[in-house]
Amino acid sequence: MGKDVGVMTDKEELQHVTKSPSGFSIVWREIVRDKLALVSLIFLISITAFVFGTSYVLDQDEIVSVDLFSIHQPPSEEFWLGTDYGGRDVFGQLIIGTRNSLSIGILVTLMTGLIGIIFGLVSGYFGGHIDNVLMRILDFFMILPFLMIIIVFVAMVPKYSIVSFSLIMTAFLWMGIARLIRSKALQERELDYVQASKTLGSSNLKIMFTQVLPNLTSIIIVNMTLNLAANIGLESGLSFLGFGFPESTPSLGTLLSYATNPQTLEFRWWIWMPAAALILLLMLSVRNVGEALKRATDARQRRG
Amino acid sequence: MIPQIILLSVLIFIMAKMMPGDALSGLIDPNIDPATIEAKREQMGLNDPWYQQYGRWVDDLLHGDLGQSFRYKMPVTELISQRLMNTLWLSLATLIFTYIIAIPLGIISGRYNDSLADQAITGYTYLGFATPLFIFALVMLWLFGFHFGWFPTGGSVAPGMEPGSFAYVLSKINHLLLPAISMSLIATVGTVQYLRNEIIDTKQKDFIHTARAKGAPETRVYNKHIFRNSLLPIAAFFGYEITMLIGGTVFVETIFSFPGMGQLFLESITMRDYSVVTSLVLLFGIASILGALLSDIILSLVDPRIRIK
Repeated sequence: MGKDVGVMTDKEELQHVTKSPSGFSIVWREIVRDKLALVSLIFLISITAFVFGTSYVLDQDEIVSVDLFSIHQPPSEEFWLGTDYGGRDVFGQLIIGTRNSLSIGILVTLMTGLIGIIFGLVSGYFGGHIDNVLMRILDFFMILPFLMIIIVFVAMVPKYSIVSFSLIMTAFLWMGIARLIRSKALQERELDYVQASKTLGSSNLKIMFTQVLPNLTSIIIVNMTLNLAANIGLESGLSFLGFGFPESTPSLGTLLSYATNPQTLEFRWWIWMPAAALILLLMLSVRNVGEALKRATDARQRRG
Repeated sequence: MIPQIILLSVLIFIMAKMMPGDALSGLIDPNIDPATIEAKREQMGLNDPWYQQYGRWVDDLLHGDLGQSFRYKMPVTELISQRLMNTLWLSLATLIFTYIIAIPLGIISGRYNDSLADQAITGYTYLGFATPLFIFALVMLWLFGFHFGWFPTGGSVAPGMEPGSFAYVLSKINHLLLPAISMSLIATVGTVQYLRNEIIDTKQKDFIHTARAKGAPETRVYNKHIFRNSLLPIAAFFGYEITMLIGGTVFVETIFSFPGMGQLFLESITMRDYSVVTSLVLLFGIASILGALLSDIILSLVDPRIRIK
């Protein structure tokens, strides 16, 4: 960059060069510098594009309809990864399952993020009694054996659907991000700009959401990326136990749950192994990107 | 802590009330006249206001009465106590393996940081963080249980063993090993990483320079000065490990068909045996509250700065 400065005579371009790099370009540089994160990002983008693209062509109802004449077939030209105990094409389920797992992972991450941000901001910004009460509530949620309670709610809800599933998951997973935002908001509210804004008469709501929140975006993005990996894992775990997606909407965990049958686990690896590998790859890639983002937000850790 | 347990009990009571069916629905014959059922409900107090029912429920709990399991037709306390020991042994074995793995790996990786060994260990923790427990356990079962056949693939003891004999104990241990190792290999990564960072931090403290300047040999510096100081926070996490184990047992017991409380929980919820479900959630909830409390106590014992005045 430096060697070009001398050549440039145009004043506007000179200013452009000496300007400190924008947030996006820091992130981009960090990801490019970290080959693993770059590969992960490319993998994530291509798998998302592939999965959402092909699911327009594939018909979910056709894939999940039972075909008794082709139960447990090994991989062949017609069924690339064989069929399950209901004669359903495993490869088709893998694509649809990835789409469903990704969608719900993103949905739950966004919803927990929303609740966590509001809860944490209110608690940290106001402090004092409000903070005290809210933190007691949060502590209570933290000690709950959330996996079991999610399972109980999933089994109990009368009209069970994807929406209720993601709401139940959200209800017990917002605490981590709320606690993080709260601790940052506590620091932020002591800073001069908040005091200045208060003196100028800005409302608390305005300070919280238009002034404090933008300063926390980088932490929120990093945390939500890492949460996305955890949520994909949790969703597939719940579907694996049979308390996630219903079987008519397969997820990656549904494919793995077929492996609870010892016969399938031992002799029909093509049913569950690809799904296991895919979950692992998805979680690893999301984490890799998340770690690169984390370094980008902290100037001391940056590689580029 | 006490308010937390009270809140937990209220939440679980609400959950129990929301569940379809009640203590009677499993016991009765569908041919009985509805009026008789209604009379019986009245007699059992199921039509009372909720606070009276809650009071009675808590009173029963405190007297050790968790209700009846309609599936097994026996008191829930008895049913749980059959499974409790299995889960306790599994958790204990997991905890032992967790620390057996974590302490040497953490020390090596912290002492020789940025060496090849450290990079390998850091790589393992990175992978371990991203791997969901149930996938790892499935792969372990497939590889070592079925493919190589080194370990039994289900149950907590081989059939036909006489309780109390030496072979019985051996068989129990044999059935424990694979689930416990699978769980600890994933559970340990947090501790390994924490210990590593802790050692690297302590290495740069002034008292370590003092110890070296006094001429203490390197092994003594590490074993006496660094290790002891780095271990304290790990000891404090012990309570939280217990909390984390609870979620793990549900998966691991299902995968290894290990007859413990986690498996009982899933079975009961599938069979709609709700008195067992509520009791188990309550027990696990109390266990995690106690785990957090234990951590606080250990932490205040080892670190006087955070002791509450």
